Amino acid sequence: MKRLSVAILATAIGFGAAGIALGQSESEKEIERYREMINDPMANPGYLWVDKGEALWSEKRGSKSASLETCDLGKGPGNVEGAFAEMPRYFADADRVMDLEQRLLWCMDKIQGVDTADVVKRRFGGPGVESDLQALVAFIANKSNGMSYKLPLAHAKEQEMLSVGKALFDRRAGQMDFACATCHAEEGKRIRLQGLPDFSKPGKEARMTMDSWPTYRVSQSQLRTMQHRLWDCYRQMRHPVPEYGSDGITALTSYLVKMAEGGEINVPSIKR
Amino acid sequence: MKNIIIVAGFLAFGGGAFAQDIPKADPATVEKYVQSMWSKASPEWQARVKLDETQRICSETSNTPSQAQFDAILAREKANVTYPADGNVMGDWKRGMVVAQRGTGGQFSDAPGTYQGGNCFACHELTKEEVSYGTLGPSLLGYGKIRKFEPAEAKAAFAKIYNPHAVFPCSQMPRFGHTKFLTEEQIKDAVALLFSPDSPVNK
Ligand code: HEC
Ligand code: HEC
Repeated sequence: MKRLSVAILATAIGFGAAGIALGQSESEKEIERYREMINDPMANPGYLWVDKGEALWSEKRGSKSASLETCDLGKGPGNVEGAFAEMPRYFADADRVMDLEQRLLWCMDKIQGVDTADVVKRRFGGPGVESDLQALVAFIANKSNGMSYKLPLAHAKEQEMLSVGKALFDRRAGQMDFACATCHAEEGKRIRLQGLPDFSKPGKEARMTMDSWPTYRVSQSQLRTMQHRLWDCYRQMRHPVPEYGSDGITALTSYLVKMAEGGEINVPSIKR
Repeated sequence: MKNIIIVAGFLAFGGGAFAQDIPKADPATVEKYVQSMWSKASPEWQARVKLDETQRICSETSNTPSQAQFDAILAREKANVTYPADGNVMGDWKRGMVVAQRGTGGQFSDAPGTYQGGNCFACHELTKEEVSYGTLGPSLLGYGKIRKFEPAEAKAAFAKIYNPHAVFPCSQMPRFGHTKFLTEEQIKDAVALLFSPDSPVNK
């Protein structure tokens, strides 16, 4: 029954995209409905990815026929509790700062001997394409629910990530001279009727956003991660396709996580 | 030496700090990240995200150039505004409405040859009928009428759309003419949308 209401919502939103603008109160009601569904695994389709991710985490795969259960996400081998809240972070074994998705690829390669080129090819799920990464991120991020982001900054490379992230946030380029800051540096602004969260300073808008990613996108019928969101923002910016799991995306993620400290993670959420 | 400054900066950057307290990254380091992020893009796409001098200054100063930088941008960007050869900056407002409504083109997901629009409504209120407008830019409702349909004002609007930095350095608005995102014809049509007495902008 509740699943049904998701389908109905998806249809209503499809119409919105076709040009019938929802009134302000209508879209607020819609957000309120999503909020109610978030914590109910029966009503929130994002939990399908959480479940699949949990199964993938313990499944023996790859040339080494190993599971990911010895993968160290920063809290010790196999410990997923609270790991997402403290990423991106520096990993000594790789001598790199990694976000969760980069780290998962690293573990798949080193621990499992999985063909990561194939995993990356399926990074964004869609009709006929199942993404392992979306599922694993949903499962692991969900294990930080109720916690606050705390960006590790003890290592010089973590500090560099954050500084570069801020610079990339302000970097204007392309035919439109757009930076993230063009659209996300003032409160209360919108593009057409679309509200734009302000990420230029730490606070409520950054928290509300980052505390709700990964999210189930009703319009795409997929669980989406920050890699996908930033891919989409770079598309709107008329920039080239950003490489999945590249350090630029990780730097931006470090910056966004820093701005979002102090909130409470509750994922997967549901968004239009 | 530089390292010492960075570490000192981070020590000062405690809990509830502000974004501007994040120590500045070395621009050469930033460009390395940029290159790796787009390492598989075609040469044309890579060229699009190289910074020109104006973009570099606006980026590095978070759109707050010093007075000297402000003056330099103004002079440089003014020099590249190319007005129509016959001096007529007014096209057809109905076509201008298409330019203002459509936001397609230029994205990596667009098919080649996709119509490139100005998407003015994304950032500006322009007419009373269109309620789906953004607020990144000021309202342009009644723009020409308020300016008494003065030809000199229409010419200034052409320059503004061609290259907003030629009027206001580090403007958030795209340089539609300078980057050739819009054609001269499309910019004239957008000017007509703002300055025709019968355009819905002025009703
Ligand atoms: C041309 C405008 C534009 C630019 C430039 C832009 N974005 Fe966005 N961004 C949007 C829009 C529109 C949304 C969708 C908001 C929504 O769905 O509620 C969005 C959403 C987001 C979200 C998710 C918001 C949420 O509440 O779920 C994040 C995070 C984000 N952008 C980060 C960035 C970053 C980082 C950059 C630069 C790499 C960037 N954006 C550049 C327009 C832009
Ligand atoms: C990404 C956002 C954005 C888009 C798209 C955009 N503008 Fe703007 N525009 C702005 C901002 C911000 C300002 C105010 C700062 C300035 O004057 O540069 C502005 C200012 C202007 C002004 C000067 C207003 C004044 O006070 O005199 C005009 C005219 C204008 N825009 C026309 C247009 C037209 C026509 C288009 C479409 C072809 C367009 N804009 C597209 C953001 C935008």
